[in-house]
Amino acid sequence: MFRPMRETANAAALNFTFDGRALKGRAGDTVAAALLANGITSCRETPVSGAPRAPYCLMGICFDCLVVIDGVGNRQGCLVPLTDGMAIETQHGRRHVEEVEA
Amino acid sequence: MIPLTDIGQLAERYDLVVVGAGPAGLSAAARAAELGLTVLLADENPAPGGQIYRAVTTTPVKDRAILGEDYWRGADIVARFERSKAAYAPRCTVWALGPDEAEPEIFEIGLSLDGKARMIAASQVILATGAQERPFPIPGWTLPGVMTAGAAQIALKGAGIVPSGPTVIAGCGPLLYLLASQLAAAGADIVAVLDTTPKRNWSKALAAFPDFLRSPYLAKGLKLMAQTRRKLRFVSGVTGLAAKGEGMLASVTVERGGASETITCDTLLLHQGVIPGINLSSAAGCDHLFDAEQHCWVPRLDSWFASSVPGIAIAGDGAGIGGAESAALRGEIAAFDAARRLGRLSKPDRDQQAAPIRAELERRLRGRRFLDLLYKPALQFLAPKDETIVCRCEEVTAGQIRDTALRLGVTGPNQMKAFLRCGMGPCQGRLCGPTVVELISEVRGTSPAETGYYRLRPPVKPVTLTELAALPQTDASVKAVVR
Repeated sequence: MFRPMRETANAAALNFTFDGRALKGRAGDTVAAALLANGITSCRETPVSGAPRAPYCLMGICFDCLVVIDGVGNRQGCLVPLTDGMAIETQHGRRHVEEVEA
Repeated sequence: MIPLTDIGQLAERYDLVVVGAGPAGLSAAARAAELGLTVLLADENPAPGGQIYRAVTTTPVKDRAILGEDYWRGADIVARFERSKAAYAPRCTVWALGPDEAEPEIFEIGLSLDGKARMIAASQVILATGAQERPFPIPGWTLPGVMTAGAAQIALKGAGIVPSGPTVIAGCGPLLYLLASQLAAAGADIVAVLDTTPKRNWSKALAAFPDFLRSPYLAKGLKLMAQTRRKLRFVSGVTGLAAKGEGMLASVTVERGGASETITCDTLLLHQGVIPGINLSSAAGCDHLFDAEQHCWVPRLDSWFASSVPGIAIAGDGAGIGGAESAALRGEIAAFDAARRLGRLSKPDRDQQAAPIRAELERRLRGRRFLDLLYKPALQFLAPKDETIVCRCEEVTAGQIRDTALRLGVTGPNQMKAFLRCGMGPCQGRLCGPTVVELISEVRGTSPAETGYYRLRPPVKPVTLTELAALPQTDASVKAVVR
């Protein structure tokens, strides 16, 4: 969906995973930007219909970039800076009671 | 500037808490600190600049021509703030603002940083939470691949990334041209710019044209428009848009002059102007009114940007859309008044020091009305077709809202929430509120002002139970729930 511009300032490469897949990001990226730059087309499924969604506003108001980060759900990917070793997962619909109890 | 990285580093109390680190917040905080106030600037983002100057100190974009000189001017505003003694908490979300129960003349502010919450006190508050893009509901706008134009600009400024495939930009407003030119300069493949400005807006806007001729926008705007039109495929008079695709955007269907065209694209960027973000100011109890010319809700403010709640001022585009330059000036004016309210500045001193800034603000706002009238969105993009999802969070369609308003006689958006859950998802109505109001108004034949807006309450951003539970409890609050 997105690609890096030809000329950008150098930045440290960060390793992270998305749904277990090893990916690389750039220091200074937000989680949402790193997913877009890696061609991730959807980052969550809605709680109502299960439809796929991707970041929409990138400024913290639409909540369509919600992801699970290091086991914590409902994080706004566009507001969280990417860090090395982050485990990011698709936010699948609504939570269920058994998941909460576990 | 004193950077704070842990919520524990925040003081118990500040003279002034400023929310939002865009031009208004940075200028307000810097001015207030220069006047000797203890100041905290809390901002949700990792770096200062807000949206317009997003990442101005950290952007990986090296070629200055791509983002333009107006963008880089933000660096001076940040630099002045950095020289001040204000405390700065980035990645810090303000989720509640209200009077302290024990001392009503003091504000209690709920903030979170890195998953930890705090309640702190402030004597004065300046909300500089800025604007958001006006919702642009069209069929298919929830598909991955459809974003706001502002989002693409944020991706470019913050991460140096551009849409990789064929890209269509659609909508209206001065920012549309700016974005098209920035993205094209950054190497994006823009296959069409679809202009939805209604042709009949021109006749209304012409009355404000003489003023616009003296506007600082004029030369800039004309140059940008000429460049965009020369370099890109520009389609005006667009009356209908629909994003198509199975689980992902594949094309956009364009209606124009009775004909329809389908354009294959990977990315569709939507924009029909910006409106003040009112969630925090509403939840804090500030009065709002409907501005018919800007066609949006704005807080009721006096000439010092003081809201109806004494001690809370609202500066920047959150006070009504005026643009980046005016935002910085509004922030300064609000800071002078905060100092006066705290007794650090006499009224005559406040008036005298603010006078040149006021004069500059007036100059900056000149011609704004012409833009407001010209780029007022067409009705079909404010109150969309029945099949369009209006509430993205709860997936409620325009048809459901019309039907419920008609058959159940729903008079306002708060009643609509109870029936359809629109506005009750995580975005708390930010992406559906204006549209829900528009649809109810259409069905009932009322104005948006008569229909009203969602009643908003804190927390205005999600807070975890862990964060809330870890907050210190007063004896009174413990007793309130103990039996």
